[in-house]
Amino acid sequence: MRKGVMRPGHVQIRVMDIEEAVIHYRDRLGLIDVGRDAQGRAYLKGWTEVDRFSVVLREADEPGMDFMGFKVVSSEVLEQRKQDLLRYGCQVEVIPAGELDGCGERVRFDSPTGHYFELYAEKEQTGKWGVSENNPEAWPEDLKGMRANRFDHCLLYGDDIDGTAELLQSVLGFQVSEQVVDREAGELCVASFLACSMKAHDVALVRYPAKGKFHHASFYLDTWGDVLRAADLISMHDIALDIGPTRHGLTHGQTIYFFDPSGNRNEVFTGGDYTYPDHPVVIWDAHQLGKAIFYHDRELNENFLNVVT
Amino acid sequence: MKFSVSLGDEGSSFHCGEQQNLLEGMQTFQVGVPLLKLIPVGCRGGGCGVCRIRILSGEFETKKMSRKHVSDQEQAEGVALACRVYPRSDLCIELLSSAENDNNHSERESL
Repeated sequence: MRKGVMRPGHVQIRVMDIEEAVIHYRDRLGLIDVGRDAQGRAYLKGWTEVDRFSVVLREADEPGMDFMGFKVVSSEVLEQRKQDLLRYGCQVEVIPAGELDGCGERVRFDSPTGHYFELYAEKEQTGKWGVSENNPEAWPEDLKGMRANRFDHCLLYGDDIDGTAELLQSVLGFQVSEQVVDREAGELCVASFLACSMKAHDVALVRYPAKGKFHHASFYLDTWGDVLRAADLISMHDIALDIGPTRHGLTHGQTIYFFDPSGNRNEVFTGGDYTYPDHPVVIWDAHQLGKAIFYHDRELNENFLNVVT
Repeated sequence: MKFSVSLGDEGSSFHCGEQQNLLEGMQTFQVGVPLLKLIPVGCRGGGCGVCRIRILSGEFETKKMSRKHVSDQEQAEGVALACRVYPRSDLCIELLSSAENDNNHSERESL
């Protein structure tokens, strides 16, 4: 049952050199640069996103993800979910409005996999970039690089993915869309893909021995042609490629993976399945994991499975 | 200018230019020589720790590396991520496991 959590709204990513990172996310991914704050954090967004920002880059000594935020439908829902999180036993911290430029009060909570998530109800709405709200043209002409549409989801690695998946479902109303299950290890859940919308996933979790790991942040493109064009740009700019262009079995998205200059993985993808509330969970058997991850190669890739920040 | 990079006990080596990091040097094509996979290749951005090594001898420069994988003290002792190491002389190196496998740095960075 949905509980008023609408969509992934932002991700704060740690980078080791903020200027290098801004060039990557702005000029290569094609995100819109919406400015810096007093702490020196850089704010960006995909051009179709109506809120002021969705990606925050923070310079730090080690890369990774600080937190992922979801927007809820109203301040009342924010307060209700905060009470629910406290009752559930989460450590909850209220971050005052304005700590992120243009963002209202945020409710930050920890999770069994060691990731921090946030909820918020208000963010300055600046509208889609480069097109009008009235009679909008199809796209703005002066986009850069891969012309990423929007920040779409994160994939996170951690130990107790059952615990985090349960938290997201029971407290925040997420729905499991797909799972990878190891039947030979007592139905052990190896991966869990969850949606709060009708997308194939809004956040994904993969079992891993360490807590709080960041596998990738993903951005949506319009077409398979755009994924191939992204691959060309990756070569033109000598960006570290991970794998692709290819198709996933899980969610069936068409995809390519690469790394930002600090080693954080990015995905750009298009297509993929959808999730209605009455859909059964799609199950992938762990012994088919090669095909579940890379539908064409059908081979497990050591780097994709084990390289994280 | 190219330098020789040799791996401790195994007697394997490759050449690496001063503008190349060690992984780029390792992956350079040479006629008749098999592509080397001496050092594991990960994110190539100093973030994931997969290519963690110790430089036993020689001069080199480094770019910024994740403190999660190379602490200040380790860096002073020659530990580095190969994707961020640029040789300034012939080097002798050994492979290390990533820091987290050693459980040295299990604490999460606080926000």
